[in-house]
Amino acid sequence: MFREVVQYRNLLWMLTLRDIKIRYKQTVMGFLWAIFMPMLIVFAGLLVKKGFSIVSGKPMDMAELSSVCIKSLPYSFFIASVRFATNSLIGNASLVTKIYFPREVFPIAAVLANLFDFLLGSVFLVVVLALIGFTVDYHVVWVPYLMLMMILFTTALGMLMSCANLFYRDVKYIVEVIVTFAIFFTPVFYDASLFGKWSTLLLLNPVGAILESINNVVILHRPPDPFWLMYLTIWSVGGLLVSWSIFHKLEFLFAENV
Amino acid sequence: MTETALEFQHVFKKFRKGEGHDSLRDLIPGLLKKTFQVHGKDALKTKEFWALKDVSFQVGKGEALGIVGPNGSGKSTTLKILSGILRPTAGTMKVKGRISALIEVGAGFHPDLTGRENIFLNGAILGMSRSEIRQKMDAIVEFSGIPGFIDTPVKRYSSGMYARLGFAIAAHVEPEILLVDEVLSVGDYMFQGRCIQKMNEVLKNGTTVIFVSHNMESVLSLCGRAILLVSGEIAREGAPTEVIAEYCNAGGAFVPKMTDRKKAIIKGVTFEGVEGIGKALPPGSRLKCNVTIGCIEDCRLSPGLFLTQYGSFVFDTTYGRMNGNPIALTAGDEVVLSWSIELNLPNGSYDLGVHLEDVDTGTYHEHTFRTMNVLIANDYRYEGKFVLNPEVALSRTSPGKEVPLERHAL
Repeated sequence: MFREVVQYRNLLWMLTLRDIKIRYKQTVMGFLWAIFMPMLIVFAGLLVKKGFSIVSGKPMDMAELSSVCIKSLPYSFFIASVRFATNSLIGNASLVTKIYFPREVFPIAAVLANLFDFLLGSVFLVVVLALIGFTVDYHVVWVPYLMLMMILFTTALGMLMSCANLFYRDVKYIVEVIVTFAIFFTPVFYDASLFGKWSTLLLLNPVGAILESINNVVILHRPPDPFWLMYLTIWSVGGLLVSWSIFHKLEFLFAENV
Repeated sequence: MTETALEFQHVFKKFRKGEGHDSLRDLIPGLLKKTFQVHGKDALKTKEFWALKDVSFQVGKGEALGIVGPNGSGKSTTLKILSGILRPTAGTMKVKGRISALIEVGAGFHPDLTGRENIFLNGAILGMSRSEIRQKMDAIVEFSGIPGFIDTPVKRYSSGMYARLGFAIAAHVEPEILLVDEVLSVGDYMFQGRCIQKMNEVLKNGTTVIFVSHNMESVLSLCGRAILLVSGEIAREGAPTEVIAEYCNAGGAFVPKMTDRKKAIIKGVTFEGVEGIGKALPPGSRLKCNVTIGCIEDCRLSPGLFLTQYGSFVFDTTYGRMNGNPIALTAGDEVVLSWSIELNLPNGSYDLGVHLEDVDTGTYHEHTFRTMNVLIANDYRYEGKFVLNPEVALSRTSPGKEVPLERHAL
């Protein structure tokens, strides 16, 4: 099943390119879109942080602010990709019923198109952080690995949801609701440690574990916790294998049920 | 038959009628109903129907197979199973080679992308690599005939332009097996001609083609064999002319009434003036046809000769009508009837049939629609429904030099 996708890599690339192109065609904001979503989350985060500092009486420090920025970007990649991937099969119904090729390319292309936005946003963020004198140490080498896990987990969820949405159209509304409120259950605006012994509960959410690890290596200059590193790796790799094989098993039903 | 490129073995395909459960919200009450209702299961079964029932066929490498049949007879389902979009409920299917399906022209075009961008996208969807597309870009644009609009978003295209571009891309894929579903009906008349020409080219290069169409002319001109599908079953398989004749006849046309007891048989039919069957004749050729009739029991016969095209009569006559009297035969007799007709027919493919009509009962001892296929060759001098043996002369009323006629290419 992987070989088929490799064989159709050109198609995957063209679909990704299409998704990116149409996002920036005939739009007011153009490429600003890539940073609009994460910016919104960052501002919301700053507001929450400000609220915390007023309540607790402690002033906000720079590290906290950068932490919100750095976690917002992968998080916004995650939710945008899942949203986009969920609709990817239904949105391409004419192709699903008319031409054969491995259908996995739709959710994967959706994730890749959002990855493009993420990369644009990252460049912007790196420039901003560098300007305000933010520094990192060698632990930052963990970031590519953690982002890879994020991509794998996002793809896994995207595949599963696109497939579920094809059979049951209300799945996308369920996804929408969950994605909207997920920010409260995910340590984006706050650190999991804030909850003391309850923090484990927050880290059980694989996205939470990934974000927390990113926070560790970038802001706190420490290596990621080995236990949680294992945990999120198993979720990402295992999740992708499971959801891909479910997707593959159901693929032949797509054209009839779309 | 040479190497097999495609094979269908006892393929069944079941489809569901009515509405399924499209949302989780419907699924839960639906499941409850199923658990608590005793008849739930049967009700579901009555909602199913067979789109294909025990369909088997083979297509050799480089062969062109036409599939005809009324709407909803399973033609597109067959193509979708072949291309892998649908999986058969039962039966097996084998495919050897890279397949490209043209089930809908321009499926996968994105309205916001330009023609050029869509060529890349659609080419990739149809299985071409990027360098391959770049190489063929000019040829595709040229073939589509819309070079002026290639950098315009396709949402501003007319439906004809849309179809032209779609076909142009598909025609340049160069697959080993090409599945075509009723796509030639789009585009204007000139473009359709070019499509047929392109398909012939593709065939010449050894591509296997499965062609679904309601345009009988194009099936005839492209395919070497045809299948008639009627409500999911193969009703007829064979030479395109026969299959098409059967399909056209199914519209309630003439069905000969055969006798219960055969009193005479046609022992043989020979032709004069035709060098080899299938060779095209020029309009106006004389065709001689000798029918050897053997008599088993005493009878009075009026043997006939007729021509049909796609199942409708072009010409029909009998010995009785020509001569005023039937032929009276006694058991053991053998006679030879020599027909001669002038084929004043325009270009096309016709079927010559013979029959033995019993004048006492009005039924037939023998009746074949297609004893031979008569092809009338391309004659550029005229076209239309009839050959009116035109003559033309030019005379000059003013003195002057004779100007040689310049012939325009047609």
